[in-house]
Amino acid sequence: MSKQMTGAEMVVEALKDQGVECVFGYPGGAVLPIYDAIFGQNQVRHILVRHEQGAAHAAEGYARSTGKVGVLLVTSGPGATNAVTGLTDALLDSIPLICITGQVPTHLIGSDAFQECDTTGITRSCTKHNYLVRNVDDLPRILHEAFYVASHGRPGPVVIDIPKDVQFASGTYAFSRDIEHKTYRPQVKGDAERIKRAVDMMAKAKKPVFYTGGGIINSGPRASTLLRELVRMTGFPITSTLMGLGAFPASDRHWLGMLGMHGSFEANNAMHDCDLMICVGARFDDRITGRLDAFSPHSKKIHIDIDPSSMNKNVKVDLAILGDCAHVLDDMVRLWPAQAPQLDAQALEKWWQTIEHWRARRSFDFRNSSAVIKPQHAIKRLRALTRNHDTYVTTEVGQHQMWAAQHFDLDEPNRFMTSGGLGTMGYGLPAAIGVQLAHPQALVIDIAGEASILMNIQEMSTAVQHRAPVKIFILNNQYMGMVRQWQELLHGGRYSESYTDSLPDFVKLAEAYGGHGIRCSDPAKLDDAIREMIDTPKPVIFDCLVDQKENCFPMIPSGKAHNEMLLAALEDDAGIELGSVIDEKGKALV
Amino acid sequence: MKKPGAAYPPSPYSAPSRQAGIEFHTLSVLVDNESGVLARVVGMFSARSFNIESLTVAEVAHETHLSRITIVTSGTPDVIEQVRHQLERLVPVHSVTDLTLTTRAIERELAMVKVRGKGESRQEALQLAEAFRAKVIDATTESFIFEITGAPRKIDDFVDLMRPIGLVEVSRTGVAAISRGPAGI
Ligand SMILES: Cc1ncc(C[n+]2csc(CCOP(=O)(O)OP(=O)(O)O)c2C)c(N)n1
Ligand SMILES: [Mg+2]
Repeated sequence: MSKQMTGAEMVVEALKDQGVECVFGYPGGAVLPIYDAIFGQNQVRHILVRHEQGAAHAAEGYARSTGKVGVLLVTSGPGATNAVTGLTDALLDSIPLICITGQVPTHLIGSDAFQECDTTGITRSCTKHNYLVRNVDDLPRILHEAFYVASHGRPGPVVIDIPKDVQFASGTYAFSRDIEHKTYRPQVKGDAERIKRAVDMMAKAKKPVFYTGGGIINSGPRASTLLRELVRMTGFPITSTLMGLGAFPASDRHWLGMLGMHGSFEANNAMHDCDLMICVGARFDDRITGRLDAFSPHSKKIHIDIDPSSMNKNVKVDLAILGDCAHVLDDMVRLWPAQAPQLDAQALEKWWQTIEHWRARRSFDFRNSSAVIKPQHAIKRLRALTRNHDTYVTTEVGQHQMWAAQHFDLDEPNRFMTSGGLGTMGYGLPAAIGVQLAHPQALVIDIAGEASILMNIQEMSTAVQHRAPVKIFILNNQYMGMVRQWQELLHGGRYSESYTDSLPDFVKLAEAYGGHGIRCSDPAKLDDAIREMIDTPKPVIFDCLVDQKENCFPMIPSGKAHNEMLLAALEDDAGIELGSVIDEKGKALV
Repeated sequence: MKKPGAAYPPSPYSAPSRQAGIEFHTLSVLVDNESGVLARVVGMFSARSFNIESLTVAEVAHETHLSRITIVTSGTPDVIEQVRHQLERLVPVHSVTDLTLTTRAIERELAMVKVRGKGESRQEALQLAEAFRAKVIDATTESFIFEITGAPRKIDDFVDLMRPIGLVEVSRTGVAAISRGPAGI
């Protein structure tokens, strides 16, 4: 089936053919023809944002909560440059995005025309791939190929830069379902021999641990199901990175909590002391490993990943299995029963005892108060009161993000959207809008900090316009808390520029946007206030005034190993001078 | 039991591994000859602080628009493995072959060398050129341009010898390389 149409119409046609329901965008001169093509139809819904960075994060939230490709549409020049942070964020967290940018007409490219920028040049290093379309005849292929590239292999953002004359030109549009890239063919099936070796290693392990990540979620819900099955079959403990939270249920007894810089005592110690690490869809990022040369020194390591460049990049592994998590886990689950009888039950029993001993340390615990709301307590109440709802959570970046990861227990994948790799303040609100539009009936909460939320607060207007009743739950400590914490630990408590003066009145701000505002500072009134938030059928800003000096523990200071964690109680009990815990070399790290 | 720090090889991104055990490898990279592909390859090297010692590129199959890029890079074996994987990750890259690992590859470079001089030094330049099988491709009463092909070392040697005689300038192509024997990449 092929039809004659303009380039602009091809864009909309391709979106329909790809099953895209929602496009986040912002118009401008160089995309007017595409906006004209959007005008005449109602199959693809356009969500007008208030800043192109918001469009990118909204598309990320949409993608991460649905497993589909997120789409944004922006104009040339400033439209494209505003989207760059979101593209980089999607690249680091492996989120499939298509970003369509307008460009000045082909004959003006290179002339410093109005709103011209070298979009493909600027985005080359922050996309998985990008295209400049010079000829309308190439457009249908590129549009569909872009979806293939964004969603296959390790997912990522793809930019399609379309000059205005190409949008006006007419050509032949065709679509076939089995479109793919002519050479790009990521390997999804793991090598059978290696998988067998992995299963053998697992059967012999005395102190095993699963270390899982966002790759499980990217691989689709089946990967989570298979992971649960494999953990149940083996009985091994499991931890996950920030990006992988929810793939394995936090309510399961095999769950050790998140690992890494602010991970649990049991997870990090298990990583340090294990004799076999089974890494599935994670990438040995520096927030996870801590000091590299002291990272899990006695273990054999198996790494299952779809991206060969992740293998042996930061940490040498003993067995690398290239493939999609779901495929490899499927093979493992089928092979395992033959190996199960050979398990060293006694050693495993002892390993679990050690783990329970660490777990008894209750490293996420905090000293609660009846005078002031502790931020951790607020998250715990939020979790308790939303349990019976179909809940999705996004976060901004800072202490509140880590507390959300520690205390907002998740039992399902695709429910926790956060900026892990890039750590982008301002991610949470637009991402929540993207999630809400994909799940109109769900309860979507952005767990925020008062500093982060101001980075994309304009998207409140988007939420109100599109009836996306997102809940912004601000843990307001008046500080860039994470910055303040580092200044306390590393810079002698000199709180340079980390206190925010002149914050807006968030309740009034919510009302000004047409939403609802709630403020709470009394622990006794917190539950009722949270209920009010949940029951309000429109966007809400909840200004939760919390303890300003609370620090986020446990913490592995930069340059330290997993077994050199700082624990919350330690600070009080022993009166350790935290500034002395981090050495000069550690201070130079981020 | 292994002691932390002693036994574990640091990552390709850790500082010490970047100094010791540096090797030079020649990579053959087949790419789609589409716009921006060279920028993609070169940008990846600079973004990840990998080294490019030499780079040549030309289309080798006009119907399929395939180009062959020959890159000489340097680093520890870990770094070179990363370079290879990061190249493979680029969407328009078809294949990456480490010629240094596969076979003893043949490497050739072409250079044009301009030398100025009169009398005795002219004579000397010509004699040396003959010894190196360099061709004269331009001559005036006070200058020669030599064309020389060979392994990069040979060209280095020739240029060094021309320097005292009156070297004016050199233009080199960079290395092209191919594996020995019947098999292709
Ligand atoms: C765009 C951006 N700029 C700067 C930073 C550095 N940064 C990390 S956390 C943080 C403070 C966040 O403060 P807030 O949102 O109030 O969260 P809190 O830590 O107080 O919970 C800053 C400035 C960042 N991550 N992103
Ligand atoms: Mg704050």
